[in-house]
Amino acid sequence: MNQTEAFHRRIDAALHNDQLRRNFRSALTGIMARRAEQFPDDAQLQALRDQARAVRANALVRQPELLERLERQLTANGIQVHWAEGPDEANAIIHEILARADATSVVKGKSMVSEETGLNHYLEQRGIDVIESDLGEYIIQLAEEPPSHIVAPAIHKNRREVAELFHRFHPEIPYTDDIDQLTQTARAILRDRFATADAGISGVNFAVAETGTLCLVENEGNGRLSTTAPRVHIAITGVEKVIEKLSDVPPLLEILTKSATGQPITTYFNMISKPRQPGELDGPEAVHLVLLDNGRSRIRVDAELLDTLRCIRCGACINHCPVYVQLGGHAYGTVYPGPIGIALEPQRIGIDKVGTLTSACTLCGACGEVCPVRIPLPTLINRLRAEAVDGLRAGATVRGHGSLRKPREARLWGLWAALYGDPTRYRLFIWLASRLRWLTPPWLGAWTRYRSAPRPAARTLRELARDEGFRDE
Amino acid sequence: MTRPSTVYFYATCLVDLLYPRAGLAGMQLLRAADIEVILARGQTCCGQPAFNSGYRDEALAVARAQLDCLARDIPVIVPSGSCAGMLRHHWPELFAGEPDARRARDVAARTYELTEFLVDVLAVRLDDVGEPIRIAIHTSCSARREMGVADRIETLVGQLAGVEVLTQDRKAECCGFGGTFAVKQGDVSGAMVRDKTDALRATGAARVISQDCGCLMNIGGAFDHQGGGPRTQHIAEFLWERSGGNVR
Repeated sequence: MNQTEAFHRRIDAALHNDQLRRNFRSALTGIMARRAEQFPDDAQLQALRDQARAVRANALVRQPELLERLERQLTANGIQVHWAEGPDEANAIIHEILARADATSVVKGKSMVSEETGLNHYLEQRGIDVIESDLGEYIIQLAEEPPSHIVAPAIHKNRREVAELFHRFHPEIPYTDDIDQLTQTARAILRDRFATADAGISGVNFAVAETGTLCLVENEGNGRLSTTAPRVHIAITGVEKVIEKLSDVPPLLEILTKSATGQPITTYFNMISKPRQPGELDGPEAVHLVLLDNGRSRIRVDAELLDTLRCIRCGACINHCPVYVQLGGHAYGTVYPGPIGIALEPQRIGIDKVGTLTSACTLCGACGEVCPVRIPLPTLINRLRAEAVDGLRAGATVRGHGSLRKPREARLWGLWAALYGDPTRYRLFIWLASRLRWLTPPWLGAWTRYRSAPRPAARTLRELARDEGFRDE
Repeated sequence: MTRPSTVYFYATCLVDLLYPRAGLAGMQLLRAADIEVILARGQTCCGQPAFNSGYRDEALAVARAQLDCLARDIPVIVPSGSCAGMLRHHWPELFAGEPDARRARDVAARTYELTEFLVDVLAVRLDDVGEPIRIAIHTSCSARREMGVADRIETLVGQLAGVEVLTQDRKAECCGFGGTFAVKQGDVSGAMVRDKTDALRATGAARVISQDCGCLMNIGGAFDHQGGGPRTQHIAEFLWERSGGNVR
């Protein structure tokens, strides 16, 4: 089964799962309303978007210089920096850090970059016990599923499904679908793990070059515990997360939390700058940062596609996507789902590896409208469609470009252009279509599964206009 | 801009083939506002279907064929948010680096979506001669986001005394048309239009009005397939019918 067939099979499964679709509709409707409440003044929102965009755009332009500065500052602060080209290298680096520290149990904060590298699986295969400490991540770890959303990884599950999962894994605890009680159960299990884990692994939201500070945004306190309780903390992030200075953080943080969860600020905001210092009572003895490239440098050199890397992973584009709400995140089959996934994943892993992913978009523009850093997502997706079929006149830059070009489809577009590119042929076609309208097939593939077939009008606009005395020129 | 005496009417291929009455009504509205309307003979399609499918050479070939017939320095009025968006925003991108890039940019700069032109440039006033009616408005995503003219249709309908506008749930959500999306992702598109038709039907509106024939073909076709629903109609036809030509 090729990528495209697999993609359509997942779509089919999602569309036939009414419970799943109700879960998404209900969750996303709530998130969209909460975000809207945070931005009552549109002018202020647009100004904040401009500011956030400028911060991220500046950081991307100056990325090589800022990364060097980040490394110098972190090193001076006592944080060890590691560079990884791809997933395998990142995983190996982390495993080696753990091995040297004699660490066999890991407690993890939420990290999408570690999903890119398949870190949990890699470490588990090497005998390391890994537990996810974000509640959503903990739920899907139990269910052995990947995240279906970059901010709310278990958004596809409703309360009852979570209750059943908890009951299956913890039969000693009486069944409940009360959210507070479920949270208390997870809390009790995780508390013990925070206290005993050898190492903590987390992601990073912003890495500040000026001060060598790793910022971590979270709501549950699990990020703080994962990065302070165990004796080793390993942070992993993409190279694009670097920003220039500390004063860049407030606008980004504000628009991130408001866009992501509709919160004016999250419950926790961690700024990690050093390992435990002499005389201090807590904090890890060693802090490491793994900076992963994984295709990002290649994206960065394309003047148009570069915009993809501005993303601060708020998930607003996903929450507002009318296709995502129908399908949920798993149908995409990629680490990052929704509009940002359609834009990023073909570039990150190759357009030949994602099937017809770019077709899962109506170009409605809802994503671009809410993006806090003004990523022109519809424009990027359109560009990737051209990359996919080698329809781009200027140089294609995405790995696997042209892999979706099918001779039959290309011929059809060629015929279309020959017809619509020639006014004389076109007028004849429209006239014939109006005269032969009774020949219109009542069955037009996917279209007529849900709609009746359109039928050409009996007379053309030109004929109607002439009758009404309009000028033909 | 100042009020022009003459405009091009860029009908679009969908209007030409399936909804000529909508096109004619648009032309009649403009004429009733004392504007001379030219239905340029060479026009075919803006190239959007191929452009949105990744076939840019084919899109360019078709778009280029439009330049000659839109050459005069007069506004180009398009009864569709998505085709207007193609001319105004994507032609400059599509023609970038081509010998006729300047001509394409020139057309882009004088392109208007029909309701945008009626409100922003002509500031038309419409009288209502129809019976009281309750309608719902579906604004196309292109008109809403790409063109930023979502409210013009409401401004126009707001002038009609006998028309009550009902608001559907998730008004700003895409109807699932998306051009070739409806074919390439037929089942997803079907699920989307089901949600959209459910929301529209629930308003109790007798008619659904939009400025884009793509959305109307999708929504109207789905109502029909489901065994009936509100009648769907292009805004130009609705305005022409309601005003009985009383346009100032």
